Amino acid sequence: MTTTPRYTADEMMTVTAARFLTTEMACFVGIGLPSTAANLARRTHAPNLWMIYESGTLGAKPDTLPLSIGDGILAETADTVVSVPEIFNYWLQPGRIDIGFLGAAQIDRYANINTTVIGDYSDPKVRLPGAGGAPEIAASCREVIVIVRQNSRTFVESVDFVTSVGHGKGAGQREQLGLTGLGPTRVITDLGVLEPEPRTRELTLASVHPGVAVDDVRATTGWELQVAPDLAVTAEPDEAELSVLRSLTGS
Amino acid sequence: MIVPLDEGIRELVHDGDTVALEGFTHLIPVAAGHEIIRQGLRDLTLARMTPDIVYDQMIGAGCARKLVFSWGGNPGVGSLHRFRDAVQNGWPAPLEIEEHSHAGMANRYVAGASGIPFAVLRGYTGTDLIAQTPDITTITCPFTGEELTAVPALTPDVAIVHAQRADRAGNVQLWGITGVQKEAVLASRRALVTVEEVVDRLDPVPGQVLLPARVVTAVAEAPGGARPSYAHGYYARDNDAYQQWDAVSRERETFEQWLRTEVRGNARPAREGGRT
Repeated sequence: MTTTPRYTADEMMTVTAARFLTTEMACFVGIGLPSTAANLARRTHAPNLWMIYESGTLGAKPDTLPLSIGDGILAETADTVVSVPEIFNYWLQPGRIDIGFLGAAQIDRYANINTTVIGDYSDPKVRLPGAGGAPEIAASCREVIVIVRQNSRTFVESVDFVTSVGHGKGAGQREQLGLTGLGPTRVITDLGVLEPEPRTRELTLASVHPGVAVDDVRATTGWELQVAPDLAVTAEPDEAELSVLRSLTGS
Repeated sequence: MIVPLDEGIRELVHDGDTVALEGFTHLIPVAAGHEIIRQGLRDLTLARMTPDIVYDQMIGAGCARKLVFSWGGNPGVGSLHRFRDAVQNGWPAPLEIEEHSHAGMANRYVAGASGIPFAVLRGYTGTDLIAQTPDITTITCPFTGEELTAVPALTPDVAIVHAQRADRAGNVQLWGITGVQKEAVLASRRALVTVEEVVDRLDPVPGQVLLPARVVTAVAEAPGGARPSYAHGYYARDNDAYQQWDAVSRERETFEQWLRTEVRGNARPAREGGRT
């Protein structure tokens, strides 16, 4: 047995995210791990995954990972390039996009997301970049996957600012607000995968990554974390996935 | 129509104006932003969906009184330190902010370009942005009774965009990722377009003249004027420069040093203004 892990935490997160994507999906991709995951899926089990970047590139097929959401390679390889008003009004708003990826500076038990400020809005401790496309991605994609590293600064009892609505204050709230998509259906972290409990919509630990103890996840969650009765261990990345992933990231 | 960049900024941009420099990752009008810094313009309301490093520079140089935006970060790198310093510490001047989502900002420009007072979208519902940004409100659909979100038209005094080419009459060819530039130009009272090159005759490609001359107030030739962003067909994005900006902008001293050497001491020669 070796003591060196075969893969990094980022690789575990990326592969786990990629596995949730299927070939017929249209996927709104953000830069960083989501883009890596989508590109990995397209090169493995989901060759027809329709990747959409908010710069207006629909059906982009980059041969290398883009470093921004608007790299030239995305425009050159896209099925079509549309304006920014069009991407939001014609493509996102009517529900044409199956999956959206979001990150978070803070996330609460109902997967509400803060990317705006830490502290008070008018006198913030830390001013973050803000909303971008996230509020409408969270509202209108059929489903949302959140990818975020797990620690107690990020997984908080209550977010300082609701930039993007997850499940609001719990069951029924999205319907009440008239939000058309299902909201966050999975939160993928470096420790495991959390999913909203079907009745309450509270984020519940659905699987832990290999070698992670439930207590590790509890210790880094700012609320009393519930654990699914059928808690699973996330499947490890296989050799083929790791090989394609590393060819993408150059590691 | 074709003017040197410094003259274009002097004629079109005034202290206190609302100015929109647009370009979504691609074709960001950086040279124009630097000329605004050199001319020492003050009290500007800066509108831009993604105030990235060019607005970080203008805010740090003290040009801005207010920022209207939807995402203020250094793409793929992290935070904007001059923007942060202005919001958190009021340096070099307090910065008022008016914050939207991308969908909201894009629709505000669409309403401005369309000559109507507001735009309707599904957006912002349930978010704390509504409480912080007074001009986000709800409207009831007169046909279905459904509740939707309304945002007011954004009508800047001047829009500044960068494009690949223009002819001497001021017809502007812009292709690749076109972002929100057309809407920003049509929403604004005046428009300055910087271009990689002014040509005698545009190669006719149907659909590629994004901005006919009649909606453009002035064109200035500024080769490389979108760097470190990119100009499709001319040069690639300088990703290293975005990485390096993080270190340059982190401290006030290194930023001011950068301003002195790279902007204030680096006026473009007049020949780049397009007068040959």
